[in-house]
Amino acid sequence: MPAKPLASPYAGIIPILTIALVVIAAFSIRFGAVAIDFNEIASAVAKGWSAPDSLDLVERIFVEIRLPRALACIFVGASLAMGGVLMQALFRNPIVEPGLVGTSSGAAFGASLYFVLGAVLKFHAGPWTLPIAACLGGGAATACVFLISETAAVNRESTTGLLLIGIAVNALFLSGVGFLSYIARDPQARSITFWSLGTLSGANWRAVLVLGIATTVGLVIALRYARQLNALMMGEDEALYLGVHVGRLKLAIIAVNVMIVAVATSITGIISFVGLIVPHLLRLMRGSDNRFLLIGSVFLGAILLTLADIVARLVLKPAELPIGIVTSAVGAPVFIMLLRSRRYRF
Amino acid sequence: MLCVDQVTHRAGKKPLVDRVSANFESGQLNLVIGPNGAGKSTLIKLLSGQLRAEAGTIAYDSMDVRSMTYRELAKIRAVLSQNIEISFPLRVWEVVMMGRYPHFVGRPGAADERACEEVMRFFDVSDMADRDYLTLSGGEKQRVHFARVLAQIWFSVSGKSRYLFLDEPLTFLDIYYQFEFMGKLQELLKVGDLVVVGVVHDLNLAARFADSILLLHQGKVLACGSKAEVLTRENIQTAFRLEPALLRTDDGTMHLVFE
Repeated sequence: MPAKPLASPYAGIIPILTIALVVIAAFSIRFGAVAIDFNEIASAVAKGWSAPDSLDLVERIFVEIRLPRALACIFVGASLAMGGVLMQALFRNPIVEPGLVGTSSGAAFGASLYFVLGAVLKFHAGPWTLPIAACLGGGAATACVFLISETAAVNRESTTGLLLIGIAVNALFLSGVGFLSYIARDPQARSITFWSLGTLSGANWRAVLVLGIATTVGLVIALRYARQLNALMMGEDEALYLGVHVGRLKLAIIAVNVMIVAVATSITGIISFVGLIVPHLLRLMRGSDNRFLLIGSVFLGAILLTLADIVARLVLKPAELPIGIVTSAVGAPVFIMLLRSRRYRF
Repeated sequence: MLCVDQVTHRAGKKPLVDRVSANFESGQLNLVIGPNGAGKSTLIKLLSGQLRAEAGTIAYDSMDVRSMTYRELAKIRAVLSQNIEISFPLRVWEVVMMGRYPHFVGRPGAADERACEEVMRFFDVSDMADRDYLTLSGGEKQRVHFARVLAQIWFSVSGKSRYLFLDEPLTFLDIYYQFEFMGKLQELLKVGDLVVVGVVHDLNLAARFADSILLLHQGKVLACGSKAEVLTRENIQTAFRLEPALLRTDDGTMHLVFE
């Protein structure tokens, strides 16, 4: 009798997710304040390629607003979901998400700091300025949570301890954001407020480029560590016995998480719950192999955030809702359901 | 052979393991006993390379454990810990395959799959392969970890011994599986290149299965050698503060009875 299972539990899921993403993204491009049908999209693509100056209004909306927004949405959803996979694996705890361990609020703080004080500091690095500021803030906040949880009297693997530390550090950095928006002059304050709600309305081709690079680099690096993260599920000692250099692994994972989540946050503001729920759904579908979770989270994160974006644009049409409100409104109840389920031990 | 020479490790000022020297031979069952706080678990951590000793040397054959990387170590040395908690749903097959991680990059090869199949058959967990690890009982989980840990060092490595460290491996097992596991260990030891060092709590289990016993007391070696040399009334009383009665059954097995 062969012990080896006949079929991998992970077979077949990625093609399904790919098809779903393509379909949903196609709908996302159509819907909005102005509905664009597929003929217009086709002609816009054709003209955009051959004669970019001859586009009519609808075609320009498509090329300059709708398309970059849809792509940004895909990359941001992928980044946040991947960040969730990485943080859950690192903390060995299935209810962690990047927001919970401070990355998002720290990134928002870093970005706000740049908005308010950037002119004074004379800090400029082209399109990367804001992402870099966000990375620094996100890195600082995540490091705070991680260092405190490593050294605190509470058990590192205890959910309660981690939640409390996360709440405290998040509160600290969000109060920083609040302070900055209070002392800021008006136009700056407005962009900070937008951020704390989370919105994709600022998406443009430059943002898509930055997001695309960060997400791809993050995924490639993270996949190299997928197997080591699997070993870490059994605890640091067991991972070490399996030949994993645990200290190095942690640093690498935190760095990747901070990069992808902070870059996403610098462009959209804080979007919660995507990073929490996507890994859960994938585990419920198939299992916990981190290689599968990382690849799957790219697709499912993109799908869920695109759906949220469609809702955000349709609810108050022709105005739009900040997407963070949608993800929180849907995500929070799902999170509570997960807490009540018995599938995981907390 | 595993050679331990004058190894010391402290927590703060208190020595947990104090100038311990011992040789652990391959092909025999070396068990470590001692009361709570005697330094048994610390010794296992030092031997397995998880902790670096402050003083003294630990040599795998002739290689100093400090000169090896974690990955190199992991290919010839496996450790079974007391209490492993996984809070994510994984299939049993995946858990066992983790034992092969040090041996492949990318996807597991044919040898890795063969190792898992053989080791699962050996520990009688083959029919659990597709089950969710989280749904197993404590004893079943323990047997899956036996399989995982043995999968790590399933094949002999030419020119090197294989090392297996066990930190109270029998905690969650009923008496049947305790005997079964000790029997399997003895079977594995017949290959001859395997060095096994295990911590056990149950003195009677040590009396029955050990080929050599190391008795630790307050971080120091109180006695070391054959069962008859170590399990004396004086040694047991010094270490455990209870006086045993030593009985021998007809087949010569020693039993310790405390009153």
